[in-house]
Amino acid sequence: MPARIGVVTFPGSLDDRDAQRAVRLAGAEAVALWHGDADLRGVDAVVLPGGFSYGDYLRCGAIARFAAVMTTIVEQARQGLPVLGICNGFQVLCESHLLPGALTRNQHLHFVNRDQGLRVESTKTVWTSEYADGQEVVIPVKNGEGCFVADERTLDALEAEGRVVARYIGGNPNGSSRDIAGIANAAGNVVGLMPHPEHAIEDLTGPGTDGLTFFTSVLKSLVNA
Amino acid sequence: MTDTVDRATQTPDEEQPYLELGLKDDEYAKVKAILGRRPTQTELAMYSIMWSEHCSYKSSKVHLRQFGDGPKNERLLVGMGENAGVVDVGEGLAVTFKVESHNHPSYVEPYQGAATGIGGIVRDILTMGARPILVMDPLRFGDADHPDTKRVLPGIVAGIGGYGNCLGLPNIGGEVVFDPSYQGNPLVNALCLGVMPKSRIQLSAATGVGNVVVLLGAKTGRDGIGGVSVLASATFDADGPARRPSVQVGDPFMEKLLIEACLEMYDGGLVQGIQDLGGAGLTCALTETSAAGRSGMHAHLERIPLREASMEPHEVLASESQERMLAIVTPADLPAVLAIADKWGVLATAIGEVTEGDRLVVTWHDAVVVDVPPGSLADDGPVYQRPIERPADQDELAAHALPAYPAATKDLLLRMVASPNLCSRRWVVEQYDRVVMGDTVLAWPEDAGVVRLSEETNLGIALATDGNGRYTRLDPYAGAQLALAEAYRNVAATGAIPIAVTNCLNFGSPEDPAVMWQFAEATRGLADGCRDLGTPVTGGNVSFYNSTAGAAINPTPVVGVLGLLDDVTRRTPMGFTEAGLTVLLLGDTWDELGGSEWAWAEHRHLGGRPPAVDLLCEKALGEVLIAGARDGLLSAAHDLSDGGLAQALVESCLRHGVGARVSLPDGPAPFVELFSESAARCLVAVTGAHEAAVTALCAAHDVTCTRLGVTGGDALELTGLFTATLSELREAYEGTLPALFGPLAGATREAPAAPAL
Repeated sequence: MPARIGVVTFPGSLDDRDAQRAVRLAGAEAVALWHGDADLRGVDAVVLPGGFSYGDYLRCGAIARFAAVMTTIVEQARQGLPVLGICNGFQVLCESHLLPGALTRNQHLHFVNRDQGLRVESTKTVWTSEYADGQEVVIPVKNGEGCFVADERTLDALEAEGRVVARYIGGNPNGSSRDIAGIANAAGNVVGLMPHPEHAIEDLTGPGTDGLTFFTSVLKSLVNA
Repeated sequence: MTDTVDRATQTPDEEQPYLELGLKDDEYAKVKAILGRRPTQTELAMYSIMWSEHCSYKSSKVHLRQFGDGPKNERLLVGMGENAGVVDVGEGLAVTFKVESHNHPSYVEPYQGAATGIGGIVRDILTMGARPILVMDPLRFGDADHPDTKRVLPGIVAGIGGYGNCLGLPNIGGEVVFDPSYQGNPLVNALCLGVMPKSRIQLSAATGVGNVVVLLGAKTGRDGIGGVSVLASATFDADGPARRPSVQVGDPFMEKLLIEACLEMYDGGLVQGIQDLGGAGLTCALTETSAAGRSGMHAHLERIPLREASMEPHEVLASESQERMLAIVTPADLPAVLAIADKWGVLATAIGEVTEGDRLVVTWHDAVVVDVPPGSLADDGPVYQRPIERPADQDELAAHALPAYPAATKDLLLRMVASPNLCSRRWVVEQYDRVVMGDTVLAWPEDAGVVRLSEETNLGIALATDGNGRYTRLDPYAGAQLALAEAYRNVAATGAIPIAVTNCLNFGSPEDPAVMWQFAEATRGLADGCRDLGTPVTGGNVSFYNSTAGAAINPTPVVGVLGLLDDVTRRTPMGFTEAGLTVLLLGDTWDELGGSEWAWAEHRHLGGRPPAVDLLCEKALGEVLIAGARDGLLSAAHDLSDGGLAQALVESCLRHGVGARVSLPDGPAPFVELFSESAARCLVAVTGAHEAAVTALCAAHDVTCTRLGVTGGDALELTGLFTATLSELREAYEGTLPALFGPLAGATREAPAAPAL
């Protein structure tokens, strides 16, 4: 039986179908989860997709963290459930305090969408285990509020503990501290990533297939678990 | 005191401000004749809106009829007249698409004007039953370095991005053109395309006596009152920005919820008729649904959720508050409709019912404020045969001799590539989400956007918009056909078969006979061109009164062409993908620099004749490109248009960072070869293995095929003329817009090479 990976739809989620496609192409079953339903339907991992949950009103991700589904996700993430937050999902993870820091308005104040170079800095997480250490990949970035900030001590700790998952190379698209594109929690089961790996899964529609490895990595870790 | 029908009957001679509302004396008299009394205040507001130029097409109708006589096409499922045309694309799927203008609001309040332009066209597409899957935006601005362009352009771009990105619709292309004629009157055209199962097509007719009229979406406020009559149907004067209260304010989050809720209702078969609320708001939606259904309707205005409790009935009916839809549902389905709305957090209110007879009756509490035949508002508006006169300066313009041709130098090439109309649009396009939904196969800077419709079969569509105001100013008939030809060529260059056309006709004041001549000539040219190419016009939009302080814009018909690809994996990309490919020029180059980008960029010269139109040649070229893609013969194809061969070569090299060594053929002067804008031409790159087949294909279609050189290296080398390195070209091409509008983030990357075909 293939692994079952849930993709949450909040009101205003946009890349939810795209994340489901990535899950399917990686070889798992995609399970749609609804924001208002606390039941995770027994999924083995969860993706919080990109978009503008609740219109991004108040602050990106600030309302989504109070959704019924998030209560269960936060609880199970603390017990090891693999969770990947992409773009808006990353913002939700920070607002939920599963990850430190915050994502603020891009320094240049524009939304930016481009094919972005990244260096995978940690292969210790369940979402990046199949990458090579230091592997350089191209994955689209698209956000208006993707500038990762945290206090210096937190940034130092993230670096020291190997929790910086990916860094921007060839130009920082939003002004993120230390070119950080993604981070993990200490256990490595929760990852937040500003770029969109679900948009680099087919040669036909993306800059390549570099993003698919996020999804195959978690499948491998589920098999090995 | 509310002006009721009873009161109107009792006070027949009360003076009414019909002139201020934009109605002429004879139009007001006609209203009185229809009603057999004076209109109430609310009715007067409704007639002034529905009979405005924007809603009634009163100046353009007689010319637009030509499109209805266009080529018949078995793919056309719904033609002009509904909210958007619908085209059968096979596999049980239908596609609907349309382009519309939001010009004046975007000048007054750039961000919201442009944002709600996207919102409005998306609702048009949703109304047809389709899931919107992409947007495009043809834009025109004043001079790039004019101070007001620095206000208008960034706001418009941010508004389009802000709304479209938040809806999760990829923006797959568009245009950005600078010309002083758009100073004070930028053009913001927005195109949306949607897809649906054929069985899900929705229409606007309200039928079935006793059926319930449900208002979905946002609350109704005072925003946008007078949008169509004040902003869209009158010429701008100096106080443009003072009209800001007439601009609507958008909430894309609400629209996203509305889309999902409506689609779920359609899938459940719960909707008998549906109409979006756009320009003219509830007035338009109530009259058009009841007129289309040839039924009566009773609307209870006091049931409508308001943002401001003090609103008067005429304000409620005229409000252009965004993100609203009007659905007609059976009483039995009402609970299911309300439940779906509730699931998505969308307000849904039963505001009335379909009635016997043919009167639209609107009550405000217990008072009858409107009692009219809906057809008189929707269909019986005035129709004008406006005076037409060829502009006095038309001959002078044609006789205005071109400046002397220069030598073809590297400096000239770099200046042209960096000029505002030819330089990279990266600054604009990077602010749009181009990949959401995961089906974008090609987007800017490709010739046309290509989107996959089916993951199972790889069925897809291609779409391009084009329009050249300078060509159209020089010759409106030819200019409209050149716009059509270029969009057709762009679509064919990807390998798609062009099947249908939409248009947005942006012109000055119809009360100016010279403008009406331009309009008449352009519509005639477009109708003739569509007939010759076999591509029917499925719908579109007319935008008049694009003039400020008496000066009209260059007439700008924007033409969108839809193409079909059986298999999107066989699409042809525009850039050179690898070294060692043979570069071929398809088509013939003539000495045609009238209205060209060279004449404008180097000399601010507009005169002479635009390039000749030969639609048979366009069709033949299209057949070569389509067959070449189908048979996997073409590694790259890039159409030649503004800036000519020089621009096409530079863009093809920069796309993936692959240079080329090129020898210009013996013929006209190298300058003409490089910068002429002759139509019906395309640059292609082929592997050695396919060269003979492509040459034979061209011969079979009687298309001239000239071998120019080979790809490779890190420079564009023009044998015997000059060599420009790709980094020099990139610096020139990419530098202009960031220098004008501020840097975007980080370094720019070359696109990775497209995968082998």
